[in-house]
Amino acid sequence: MAEERKKNLSRRDFLKTSGIATGTLLGGGLIGGLVGYNVKRTNVAEPETKTEAQKTETFKGRMFFTNNKDFNTLSQATERIFPKDDLGPGAIDLGVPYFIDNQLAGNYGNNTKEYMQGPFFAGEATQGYQSRLTRAEIFSQGIAKLNEEATKRFKKSFSELEGNQMDEILTDFQKDKIKMTAVSSAFFFRLLRQATLEGAYADPIYNGNNNMDAWRMKGFPGHQASYINVIENKEFQKIDPKSVSSMMH
Amino acid sequence: MAKTLDKVDVVTVGVGWTGGIIAAECAKAGLKVLGLERGKERGTEDYLMVHDEFRYAIRYELMQDLSKETITFRNNRKQRALPMRQMGSFLLGENLGGSGTHWNGHTWRFLPYDFEIKSMTEKKYGKDKIPKDYFVRDWGITYDELEPYFDKFEKTAGISGDGKNPFEGKRSSDYPTPPMKKTPILKKFEEATTNLGYHPFMLPSANLSEKYKNPDGETINACQYCGFCERFGCEYGAKTSPEITVIPTARKTGNYDIRFHANVTEVLKKGDKVTGVKFIDRVSGEEFIQPADVVVLTSYVMNNAKLLMVSGIGEQYDPETGRGTLGKNYCYQILPGATGFFDEQMNVFMGAGSLGMTIDDFNGDNFDHSDLDFIHGASLSLTQTGARPIQTNPVPPDTPTWGAEFKKASIHNYTRTLNVSGQGASMPHKENYLSLDSNYKDAYGVPLLQMTYNFTDQDKALHKYLTSKTEEIMKEMGAKTVVPGNPLTDYDIVPYQTTHNVGGTTMGSEPDTSVVNNYLQHWDAENLFVVGAGNFPHNSGYNPTGTVGALAYRCAEGIIKYSKNGGSLV
Repeated sequence: MAEERKKNLSRRDFLKTSGIATGTLLGGGLIGGLVGYNVKRTNVAEPETKTEAQKTETFKGRMFFTNNKDFNTLSQATERIFPKDDLGPGAIDLGVPYFIDNQLAGNYGNNTKEYMQGPFFAGEATQGYQSRLTRAEIFSQGIAKLNEEATKRFKKSFSELEGNQMDEILTDFQKDKIKMTAVSSAFFFRLLRQATLEGAYADPIYNGNNNMDAWRMKGFPGHQASYINVIENKEFQKIDPKSVSSMMH
Repeated sequence: MAKTLDKVDVVTVGVGWTGGIIAAECAKAGLKVLGLERGKERGTEDYLMVHDEFRYAIRYELMQDLSKETITFRNNRKQRALPMRQMGSFLLGENLGGSGTHWNGHTWRFLPYDFEIKSMTEKKYGKDKIPKDYFVRDWGITYDELEPYFDKFEKTAGISGDGKNPFEGKRSSDYPTPPMKKTPILKKFEEATTNLGYHPFMLPSANLSEKYKNPDGETINACQYCGFCERFGCEYGAKTSPEITVIPTARKTGNYDIRFHANVTEVLKKGDKVTGVKFIDRVSGEEFIQPADVVVLTSYVMNNAKLLMVSGIGEQYDPETGRGTLGKNYCYQILPGATGFFDEQMNVFMGAGSLGMTIDDFNGDNFDHSDLDFIHGASLSLTQTGARPIQTNPVPPDTPTWGAEFKKASIHNYTRTLNVSGQGASMPHKENYLSLDSNYKDAYGVPLLQMTYNFTDQDKALHKYLTSKTEEIMKEMGAKTVVPGNPLTDYDIVPYQTTHNVGGTTMGSEPDTSVVNNYLQHWDAENLFVVGAGNFPHNSGYNPTGTVGALAYRCAEGIIKYSKNGGSLV
């Protein structure tokens, strides 16, 4: 517990010294590289002690997207899928955009464990993924398309749109009404939706699910060694979540 | 030029449950056994950080690397078969332990009816009950003949059960360990099914209820109900798997070696015998020939069939002419079920792979089929496997699939939703089969296996009938909203369904209709054995591993006999 609070504090300090005020973080277009940080707990007053581990945590960053426009588009799209509400943080505060960015830079983005040999044919829906594109290529194209649609319809970039305007465009992707190359927009949307849920609910070691807040919202306790002593209890068990990383320190 | 290695008595292709059982039994009997495993060494110590849904359940850490090898798929002969480029409908295993590492541990004995399905159906309902496009037939072995092997597998695995299923075949002994804990969620199912006049019992489990030492001296620990079983390995050594039972047993004899990163590409045959296998070392890229007196194919259903096909052993089934047996009788499963949304929060995140209760009142021929347009049925279960947050986002009908409403509903219902689901038996059909693909190859230049498969009329009728039964149970359990599964349409390889693929290398009493005899000895090569769920001529309403384990013990006995006397075992 104490360990968790310390980590939050170090995030807060980082943000404070960077001159970023809490209120600007959800604005979308402004702060590119910082939108993933959890800044909700600004009133936590704890003595400061910085360890190596805490400093490391502030090095979370982009590995795939090279510019803010694309990253902000991704961020806002994920936020529409999993928005902030009275239950708790949305995709951006949970770090989902960083999670997806990091995944696209690795095995997932490069389809390392998938069969990618040709020839490629469209096939039936029941035959599944048949694109020659990797997921990284699909995301790059999809995000460019989101911006293209935003410009075409509203003369703005995607992340500058109102929520309902973003939803309109995302819905058209979901319904396969947008033309993409070598992949359907519906498939890109499915990937985006799935990756958003993965980033929200994966163990925080993957740079999403900041502070395990998505687990807290859902009542999932993450890694627990054993439930053998409580599994027969009738009452619902509220258990503070733990990450698998807790096994290493 | 392939390098030829020293001959061994027995070589197995793949080291999971079947390879492990064959190795343990043959090595104990003094035979020199070599296991060729294309994956890597792994064991309990590798699962310390396994409570990680993302890495293991979503990114398939323990599963086959499809970039090296996959299958191609089409719904029917008119379609172009295309590669299954990413894992979906079923999860193929790899590395030491194979699918036996990431199984849930449901351990069933198929019903006596399964083994004599044709005779028993015709006797009771007449010869017209089974349409002629369905290749339903007896297995060439009876339940009673297989019972000692079921018993042996259960004792090796230490299976936990309550023995209260009135429909199961006769048992020569009780379950080795008592049933798992009956949680409040399970009790809801028990009460509802009892009220409806059915016969609930605890699902036979390889997540052990207590610490157990098996007859080979291997210890399996007690399950902790941590909720990370299916798709995961067990860090406690409490889920029975080959790495903690039969593989160490084989190794202790001094007669067993495993060679890792060894991808077998061909079974070598000369005359009416096999001489060994050819494999590629995945690390060095070198090709080797491993001579052996006995070759045993102990990999998964798909790869066992593929190896026979690429080696030209046996006759490929052709749906046009009806000739050939290899690749025939490929079957899957049908999954009827109902979801219930409740008011109260439940501890759905606690659990174990095999923690559940089942009724068999609608399985096999345990109910009257006189007025039904299908045969067989399904076991209906409620399992508490440990609901994980990425994969578990249940929302009532008409809820959007994303956005504010979705978030609220999926979070609210995560701890308030239960499922009753069935494993429906799939009957073999003329148009469902495995063959070789002519366009796509694996990383070693060997053709991919091609699957031609669709759900049949039997499947659809069974699904409809049993879905209504699960709905009824869920209502009785007190759900405020009950949502039945959608009616079956075309088989779709994308969403995960079940890894209970069977058939293609079937057993039987005659070479005209089967690939191997009832010792799993190949009809065309007496020193070649093929063992696994591919031996099943049809699928049942259960998980396959219990029956696969029994067949592996039967096969091991056959190999030992063959090594002494030679010749055909039947």
